[in-house]
Amino acid sequence: MKTRAAITAIIAVLIFAAGYAALFIAPDEATMHEIQRVFYFHIALWTGMYTAIGLAFVGNVAWLITRQARWDWLGVSSVEVAVMCCTGGLITGVLWGKPAWGIWWTWDARLTTCFILWMLYISYLVLRGLIDEPQRRATLSAIFGIFAFLDAPLVYAANRLWRTQHPAPVLFGGPDSGLAPMILWVMLFCMAAIVCATLLVLTDRYRLERMRHELEELRFAVDLRAHQPANFATKESQ
Amino acid sequence: MTAARATATILGKELRLEFRARELLTITVVFALVIVVLFSFAFDPTAGESRRYGPGLLWIAFLFAGSLMLNPSFAREQSNQTLDALRMAPISPFAILAGKMLANLIFLAIAEIILVPVFAVLYNISLAGVVGRLALVLLLGTVGLVVTGTVFSAVASHARMRELLLPLLLLPLLAPLLTAAVEATAALFAEQPALDRAWLAFLAGFDIVFLTAAWLLSDYLLEE
Amino acid sequence: MPHATLGISFDGVEKRFGSFLALRGVTLAIAPGEFVALLGANGAGKTTLLRIAAKLSTPTKGTVSLFGGSAGIHPDERASASRGALAPALSSDAAKSAIGMVAHNTLLYDELTAAENLNFFARLYALENPRVHDALAAAGLASRSASLVRTFSRGMRQRLAIARALLHSPRMLLLDEPAAGLDRQGLVWLGDTLARLRDQGVTVIMSTHARNESLDLATRAVSLADGRVQRDSGSGGDPRPLLTELRAEA
Repeated sequence: MKTRAAITAIIAVLIFAAGYAALFIAPDEATMHEIQRVFYFHIALWTGMYTAIGLAFVGNVAWLITRQARWDWLGVSSVEVAVMCCTGGLITGVLWGKPAWGIWWTWDARLTTCFILWMLYISYLVLRGLIDEPQRRATLSAIFGIFAFLDAPLVYAANRLWRTQHPAPVLFGGPDSGLAPMILWVMLFCMAAIVCATLLVLTDRYRLERMRHELEELRFAVDLRAHQPANFATKESQ
Repeated sequence: MTAARATATILGKELRLEFRARELLTITVVFALVIVVLFSFAFDPTAGESRRYGPGLLWIAFLFAGSLMLNPSFAREQSNQTLDALRMAPISPFAILAGKMLANLIFLAIAEIILVPVFAVLYNISLAGVVGRLALVLLLGTVGLVVTGTVFSAVASHARMRELLLPLLLLPLLAPLLTAAVEATAALFAEQPALDRAWLAFLAGFDIVFLTAAWLLSDYLLEE
Repeated sequence: MPHATLGISFDGVEKRFGSFLALRGVTLAIAPGEFVALLGANGAGKTTLLRIAAKLSTPTKGTVSLFGGSAGIHPDERASASRGALAPALSSDAAKSAIGMVAHNTLLYDELTAAENLNFFARLYALENPRVHDALAAAGLASRSASLVRTFSRGMRQRLAIARALLHSPRMLLLDEPAAGLDRQGLVWLGDTLARLRDQGVTVIMSTHARNESLDLATRAVSLADGRVQRDSGSGGDPRPLLTELRAEA
């Protein structure tokens, strides 16, 4: 308990520090000034999202192979967290875009991929909500999750290919265009903070799922006892 | 029983069932037609605009009509639990899946053969000289739609609200396929029609990725 | 070619659906050639057990294995491992070819004719000489072989379902309340068919919760209650006391 509280506190401090760094320590960017600072969280949220999606994929594959419930818990927790990060990423993207370039949205590779993944993983959660039986729910959502994960690079590639044929002004200076060292440091720090926060939320969600499962098992064990005929030896299923 | 023979048997059964009833085909064609016609009420396309928006419209019509048509693929097997009979037979789960995929491909192909000329007439787009290449683009795009759609039909058949769920699962996934198919089609409708190899390769890649995934996951898809 | 015979053994089989335990540790060994009457009230787990035997469903715990009386049928792969790990249903084609099932649902295509249904399944089972017409004639459906199953009465569908299950000459026949919906003639045919199969050494597991003349053919009676084996007349024992009890209830 205490360790959890401590870790949560540390991560909270990290987030605040990251926020402070983004707002006050990072140097003023030449063209976009203050608004550019959203960029730190924007990139960080995407990092969090891709981490979560990677974990979701691991969970999906591991469930299909081992059938151990904890991989399903990992799958659903990761996807929920990924959707959260993705929502944040999309919102910050919009917040950045409008003041910076006068447009709310642009269909570049990264934003498009993020948007499609957002829809796909929301569909994953909708699918889970519509299947009641736990085994089947886990298996079918794992299959869909794998398909969704495979689609991500395809979305990105399609967009890039489209861009080569319909070139548009490059709007994202981004990390690849030679950043001042301070900007890079702040960005990495924000990424680390957000990823830690993401993992924290993920583990909390995972624990919630595990508790739900344990509640099911308890209910189930009670039901088992109720059906125990007197002359049969009890054999606990755990 | 070789997988190919099992697939062919199931394909035969699917075709026979559909050609007797002809419900799916009719509805698919009519629905796609409605979308195509409705667009002309929403926009008033000149020749130039038709060339620009036509491919997009065509493929959106196919995707929507297709995602409705794919749902019964597995849902139909539930009324008498005939899927159990298929699973009990000494054939691989992928043969069941492949048989249905091929059947869906044929149904959609027939719908497309009817729709494309109608579309060309309504929007004054000339198909002269590009029919063969257009057929190739249509084929590759439709394979992607059918492979993923059949898998998701199996997934959705175990869930509630499956008619609404299938498009929800399928359409976001097909976004890259839509881009590729539309671009490749647009290249053929242009002033100088050309076959865009990059997009064709992309479509082929898309098809291969998901066909492989379907093959690897087919056991899990049909198990109970 | 003389066929091998087929037995099946369940070892600690559990099947769970969410929080509902349909089978709570069934251990049962059925020798080749036995005719087992599977008794029990609705919800006792009979259908679940039969589905697992037919390889339609994999147990959540425990193992199921088929074993043959002689060469030609190999012991089946184990259906699951310990710690509740579930593997996808491993299909041994030989095992599947040797099992036939008559289920709750007809497992027939309503929009195909009787003959088309049988021909389709004959092809799936890679039968060289399916003798579909003979099968239909035996089931009393020869005159309706070209009619859509949709037009059949309940009894006729059940007869066709039975004919379909027998088409590939299975060495083990699983029947889930096969008498349901059959008329007098159909019941007689079922009884004759089962008697013939028993003489041929086919292993039969037939579930029922009510009176059924075919029960006279049983060599063993096993009753399930609450997902467990409650009573078992045993491999060499006399099933009649258990069966009589059943008749008294019904």
